Amino acid sequence: MAARLREITPAALASAALVALVLGTLAAVAIRAGGLTGLRATDLAAIRFTLWQAALSALISCVLAIPVARALHRRRFPGRGALISLLGAPFILPVIVAVFGLIAVFGRRGLVNAMLAPLGIEPITIYGAQGVIIAHVFFNLPLATRMILHGWQAIPAERFRLAATLGFGPSEVTRHLERPMLRSVLPGAFLAIFLVCLTSFAVALTLGGGPRATTVELAIYQAFRFDFDMGRAASLALVQVAISVTALLIAARVTMPASFGAGHDRTTRPIPQLAGGAGRTSLDALAIVLAAAFLLAPIGAVFARGLPALPELPAMIWPATLTSLVIALASTLVTLIIALPLALAATRHRWAEIAAMLPMTASALVMGTGAFLIARPFINPTSLALPMVLLTNAALSIPFATRILMPEIRTLQSDYDRLAASLGMRGIARLRLLTLPRLARPLGFSAGLAAAFSMGDLGVITLFSDGQTRTLPLALFQLMGSYRMDQAAGAATLLLSLTFALFWALDRAGHHADSR
Amino acid sequence: MLTLDKLAIEQGDFRLSADLEIETGASVAVIGPSGAGKSTLLSVIAGFLAPSAGRVLWDSAEITGTAPGERPLSILFQDQNLFPHLTLETNLALGLNPKGKIDRAARAQIEGALARVGLEGLGKRKPGQISGGQQSRAGLARALLRARPMLLLDEPFAALGPALKTEMLALVAEIAREQGTTVLMVSHDPEDARVLCPQTVLVAEGKAHPPQDTTALLADPPPVLREYLGEGARPRD
Amino acid sequence: MKTHLMLAGALSLIATMAAAEDKPVLTVYAPDYFTSEWGPGPAIEKGFEAICDCDLKFVAGDVLPRILLEGDKTQADIAIGLNTDVTAKARATGLFAPHNEDTSDLTMPVKWDDPIFLPFDWSELAFIYDKTKLQNPPKSFEELLDAPKDAYKIVIEDPRSSIAGLSLLLWVKDIYGDKAEAAWEKMAPKVLTVTPGWSEAYGMFTDGEADMVMSYVTSPAYHIMAEEDDSKVAAIFPEGHYFSPELVAQLKTSKHPELAQKFLDYVLSPDFQGMIATANWSFPAKLPHAQLPEVFQTLPMPDKTLYLGEDEAEKLRGPALEEWQRAFAK
Repeated sequence: MAARLREITPAALASAALVALVLGTLAAVAIRAGGLTGLRATDLAAIRFTLWQAALSALISCVLAIPVARALHRRRFPGRGALISLLGAPFILPVIVAVFGLIAVFGRRGLVNAMLAPLGIEPITIYGAQGVIIAHVFFNLPLATRMILHGWQAIPAERFRLAATLGFGPSEVTRHLERPMLRSVLPGAFLAIFLVCLTSFAVALTLGGGPRATTVELAIYQAFRFDFDMGRAASLALVQVAISVTALLIAARVTMPASFGAGHDRTTRPIPQLAGGAGRTSLDALAIVLAAAFLLAPIGAVFARGLPALPELPAMIWPATLTSLVIALASTLVTLIIALPLALAATRHRWAEIAAMLPMTASALVMGTGAFLIARPFINPTSLALPMVLLTNAALSIPFATRILMPEIRTLQSDYDRLAASLGMRGIARLRLLTLPRLARPLGFSAGLAAAFSMGDLGVITLFSDGQTRTLPLALFQLMGSYRMDQAAGAATLLLSLTFALFWALDRAGHHADSR
Repeated sequence: MLTLDKLAIEQGDFRLSADLEIETGASVAVIGPSGAGKSTLLSVIAGFLAPSAGRVLWDSAEITGTAPGERPLSILFQDQNLFPHLTLETNLALGLNPKGKIDRAARAQIEGALARVGLEGLGKRKPGQISGGQQSRAGLARALLRARPMLLLDEPFAALGPALKTEMLALVAEIAREQGTTVLMVSHDPEDARVLCPQTVLVAEGKAHPPQDTTALLADPPPVLREYLGEGARPRD
Repeated sequence: MKTHLMLAGALSLIATMAAAEDKPVLTVYAPDYFTSEWGPGPAIEKGFEAICDCDLKFVAGDVLPRILLEGDKTQADIAIGLNTDVTAKARATGLFAPHNEDTSDLTMPVKWDDPIFLPFDWSELAFIYDKTKLQNPPKSFEELLDAPKDAYKIVIEDPRSSIAGLSLLLWVKDIYGDKAEAAWEKMAPKVLTVTPGWSEAYGMFTDGEADMVMSYVTSPAYHIMAEEDDSKVAAIFPEGHYFSPELVAQLKTSKHPELAQKFLDYVLSPDFQGMIATANWSFPAKLPHAQLPEVFQTLPMPDKTLYLGEDEAEKLRGPALEEWQRAFAK
């Protein structure tokens, strides 16, 4: 009994921290406001819009991801592995940078309209609900593609060989092998993206085109900033948690795919007979080219726009860059320290998994304000700036890290639990000799995600700001705020490059440390 | 002496009872049809699975609730007996202490154990760099280092070829004799039982029977065992 | 070990502010943009510390929300960078003390008699366009509203998250009163998008994505002085332009009231007023026209200034927001 308690203590502590961070802060805001305040008609409209756009974004991401994942699964070409990695890039792109890129490609004066104009085609507009959805698809198509590709790769190679010996053509393969796989993978992919889009904020603000595209998170912001109505903010935050938790519970019922896309590419070569003829080959090529253009052009645009300004960046950008890097690495550490025990417990205890997912449901603004209200009577909030920044940044990536780690932990537990137990390996020794070395890859991938998310986060926690510590995204905004748009573009390129470099380095480190 | 005192095991629809004793130093085979619960029985003895009723005792001391690592036994599984990311040396060191620390005395012991199973000089290799037979030997070497009074074998040599398997069984018999180890071996192959184990526990129809003489049992098997063994045949699987 | 070092490094960054100082510390809450070296903060800090024998410490962030949350336990001695559109809420807290400055000779187009909130600079809202690109800029607000849908695309800020957006809301309300909703309905088709803040909107304008942006009459001064670019100009409307001052106030709970008062004195001093134009790209609140930088002296200015008092603004902003939301929902 004592041993079992000891086993779940770290996970219980981590869960408690997350519950306090998400629900405790919400309660603090509600208490300070003297209770919850009723919602307005515009709030209800925001809830409707939030659900609608999240559902549509998730649906479109999944539908588009199917041909892309299939094409990537059954074609082999030089640079395929690199392309698969690169296609994941939007998922870790700082939102503000991504919005610049999307405008550069789909905006009024963007690439797409420049190409359509000579053809006499009406210009397309990215502003409005469609902008929000385009942006969400941009961010989440990589996630959907990875999850579905992973599903494809999970179909045992023997089954494809069997299909080949039975003389299956592509349509029989679809019916007997692929459709059952998609039926089990798609609901999970849909819900994962739905959840990510539920709490979207900055995207809706910039590309939404106006008040019609108001999400719940934006309504919370308005309640705080415009109306100073914390009761309403708390009510809205509660609604947001309720919606997300409902989605999470549904997600727990339908089979969630094994991971959030950490899958390794380990299939054997595809069987030509099953891949179809020239027609299907060119369709696959088209899917890959279109997806690559859609996902990579905005990134390229940001990069190209800011590159000339890189040498002109003001000297103060470098300390900000250093601060961002230090915070990113420290947040990564916090993410792993919280996510690992949760993931280890989550394969056996549902509560640990739910706790790990909790930050996905939270409103950053409510979290920050609540923590401020809780801390203020005891200490000067600025002395909490660093822990708060680390904790809230880590909170962004803990759900993903946990999801990435869980399937690998299941394998680890089924392969080595008994051996470790029979040898009496426990605690630190087990962590050092078994858990960490066996989980090096997913830990590296999680660390990369956590660092990337932290790099791009502006930190809504301005309440805790001490006015001295400046991060790179904040410097970017300050440059924009003082008319220095070219330098801001340079800062965006810097931010983009560092985010990718950090992700790449940590992911690589994970592969490298994996001594398999 | 190992005592299974009115042991009852339940897992969903599966049920198994055992009420038997095994003498210290005995070599006992555990045979029976697939799915009868041979491995499950070993899991309970090793402490991976709690029985729903009854007790497990070693030399009259109850070990029913003892953690697997603290039980007076070592176990070798069908596979995954070594951590593939650790060197043989570290894998063996875990047999000396669960923190895997290697000091000078430990190193000497490990080298001795490796030499005893014919793997001298391979301490720095990882399991992936040696053959399947050598991996089995390394697992056995660790059991040797642990020097627990009981050794549970859950078909660890099933994947080896006949010659290698015979060799390994001989090695187990030799080590068990040297150390006075009580051996409990699950096997699909009655030949294994004949070679290594004078006594056999038959697991069939929800019951683990007390040990009986192996030769006699195989010469005149009860119907359930006969069906499993096949008419006169000696199925390998 | 490395991570320990990094954590230690980050902690020391935070700790620098807490370093023991013998001098009294004046804590000034300011908006984010204010404290960057591209904002007026560093010049103010340097200027004031030269005369106060104190340590001026900026705390950047959400000034008013933070003070509202902290109540009478706030660390702030001074709050700077407030806007008239939020002062009613600020005043109602009773946390602010009178500024005790003579405001009779301020150089602003609006007479100022607020005893608590002291303006340090001001500008007026304006739509900015590029005269080399936009052939037929609107000559009046009316013309802007009546222009065909594809005449130009404007980017504005969201009144719920941006001061500029809120000021625009009140500008339209001030001109059109009961017909404000109809005015918004006319403007909506020409609005490319609504951004969360001024920065995003202005960035979209300078990148050529939008033809016009909601900004300030003083915005062109930046382009002329810093970039030698005179193509960005403000559209001047006869209906009048909305007045937008930036304010500073001292807190009742300040532990250094003399120092806080000294800071307010400094705000109106020629030293501060002389540098604020190019530090914050706006008109100083108290500087004779002839002493302004030349570009500011020649900036095209509206004849008429519109300004809703604080009470009026507080009363109108709720209904005006609903009108705005309705107009854009159509």
